Amino acid sequence: MNTPPYARELGLCLCHTCGYACSLDAHKCPRCESVVHARKTNSLARTWALLLAGLIFYIPANLLPVMFTNMLGSGSENTIMSGVIEFWKGGSWDIALLIFIASIAVPCVKFAVLGTLLITCQRRSRWAMRERAKLYRFVELIGYWSMLDVLVVALVAALVQFRTLSSIEPRIGILFFGLVVVLTMLAAMSFDPRLIWDAEVNDVR
Amino acid sequence: MTRPADWIICEHCDSVYLRTLLAKGESAHCIRCSALLERGRRFNIEQLLALTVAAAILFVFANVFPVIHISLQGLSNEATLWQSVEALAQGRITMIALVAGIAIILAPLLQILLLGWVLGHAYAGQIAPGFKLCMRSLEHLRPWSMLEVCLLGILVSIVKLAGMLHVSPGMGLWAMAMLTVLILLIAGKDIRRLWDDLEVTSR
Repeated sequence: MNTPPYARELGLCLCHTCGYACSLDAHKCPRCESVVHARKTNSLARTWALLLAGLIFYIPANLLPVMFTNMLGSGSENTIMSGVIEFWKGGSWDIALLIFIASIAVPCVKFAVLGTLLITCQRRSRWAMRERAKLYRFVELIGYWSMLDVLVVALVAALVQFRTLSSIEPRIGILFFGLVVVLTMLAAMSFDPRLIWDAEVNDVR
Repeated sequence: MTRPADWIICEHCDSVYLRTLLAKGESAHCIRCSALLERGRRFNIEQLLALTVAAAILFVFANVFPVIHISLQGLSNEATLWQSVEALAQGRITMIALVAGIAIILAPLLQILLLGWVLGHAYAGQIAPGFKLCMRSLEHLRPWSMLEVCLLGILVSIVKLAGMLHVSPGMGLWAMAMLTVLILLIAGKDIRRLWDDLEVTSR
């Protein structure tokens, strides 16, 4: 199979905003006027920084309570994991699984995949490039589903407001969790998947 | 001589291809990294505009009417999307209300308004004033619009509360479900075609 040429070899550079093929020396896209870069600026350093920040916030997000429930006088605080366990014990294993995937599996997969991509790109590894490219697209695709828990807490807290009888309030953990989602989304956006393929071309950088 | 608009560059691996015309339902994939390059057009501008108007109406319904209704021992309560965002705005955690507000209200609203603006003018054969800014904003808004996550969140909330009290879905939920589908159809990357359709001149 014939592989197509790289844009750099033809003196071209992609505008990420409108998809126009700009010339390699252009600073601004001639069509949509946004700034163009051959590769996202400082991609590796920025992604590392955002990913590590996300990882640090992930600790309080899991340890601190995300929700306070007061049902007919008896109050209890729930963390993300205890919420999942409660659903599981209550018999709704499907919802438990859904929340587990959205709030725990997805962020962990994102940390692992982005970490792997960063390390392999830094080592200019040629290992499984096509698969790593797919992995990146997968992470981009699943990333924002982690917001599920934040929105569930918002909805439930808005609904259950019966003064002394029963009420649900959000707690500080949900702030950290939301920040983890935003930070990991930003990390995935600042990673440049073209760096995976740069390992094939020896004269870049 | 090929024009720059005839090239497609894969945004995932930088491979260059010559654009070929795709029929409805067809899609082009990169042979190096197998990412999606381009999809055949599903709708013409008139249809896209019609869907945008429908989305605008549904957006109003989804926000005015409550999405969930609950009752407990004679007391009842209901929540709209805005009230849910407000419920997060408490003391130290107010910042997360901002994120949620952008994700489920502001980003979809801006998407609908901007699409209405550029498509309305495109329908009349014109390039909308501020076209470049609108198109750039649409690109940047896309990842932050999370209606489908919100929809799943509403369903999870219903199941979660169903164990403790009586829960019923509100009008807003149905509007929200249809709005989610419409946003997926109209606000995707396909809108970039307007650059070519309107032949926006390069400087």
